[in-house]
Amino acid sequence: MELFVFVVAAAMVLGGALGVVTRSNPVHAAMSLVLTLFGIAVMFVSHNAHFLAAVQVIVYAGAIVVLFLFVIMLLGVDKAEDLSVEPITNQRPLAAIIGVGISAIVIAAIVSSRAGLGASGEGVDKTTLESPDANIRQLARVIFSDNVFAFELTSVLLLVAVIGTVVMARKTKAVGTGK
Amino acid sequence: MSFMLSVVQPTSTWYLVLSAVLFGIGTIGVMVRRNPLIMFMCIELMLNAVNLSFVALSSQIANIDGQVVVFFVLVVAAAEVVVGLGIIVSIMRRRTSLTVDDMSGLKG
Repeated sequence: MELFVFVVAAAMVLGGALGVVTRSNPVHAAMSLVLTLFGIAVMFVSHNAHFLAAVQVIVYAGAIVVLFLFVIMLLGVDKAEDLSVEPITNQRPLAAIIGVGISAIVIAAIVSSRAGLGASGEGVDKTTLESPDANIRQLARVIFSDNVFAFELTSVLLLVAVIGTVVMARKTKAVGTGK
Repeated sequence: MSFMLSVVQPTSTWYLVLSAVLFGIGTIGVMVRRNPLIMFMCIELMLNAVNLSFVALSSQIANIDGQVVVFFVLVVAAAEVVVGLGIIVSIMRRRTSLTVDDMSGLKG
């Protein structure tokens, strides 16, 4: 059963990722990105990371992709891009070699070091019928005790990002006419 | 077949390999595509690959800290997308076509 879930989710993830890279229409690419994000959320669930799976769907699939779609529609670039243009000679073969090479190096490192990966922490709580909120409880305990300073800093970061975006995307009047 | 299904269990190595492949696909996308929006989506793919490996390793070594890191990565990714799309929108106010090759205006 776990194998079945893995195969289906991996097919979603890889199919969506290939779609993002190969689709010429940005809207289709965004839809493929949703597929990948849902596949990742399924894998989070199978690793007992239920809170992160929910956040993944809400923040990524719900907010970030919608933001992408808004910008695509706003800029009016929702028409197919000409994929036959290759600005640098042999750009695609070189990119493929580099990408496959990075993957191969990482996979080699994973396979060669997998024996050293023993359980070292105090355990990840499994969500059961008796304690349906085990994962959220454990995560909240760690975030609001050991990492509370980082958590507060993220709120500052989000505030700065929002203000910066409003300032940047605001229509500025022409130079010389003043504000 | 059902015997196979019950015997073979995906270990965390499978998930790590999958995340490495996903990271590679994202890298290729950033290098190949010319639309800055699609390049952004490929960066999201790479971020998600790393998130997946964090969660897989978190359950492998039985430590919740990996999930905490993923939580912070999600927040930072949201902020990054907001700022990046704001930059793209303000650039597109001045230019008409949407390829990164046309954005070499800062070049000296």
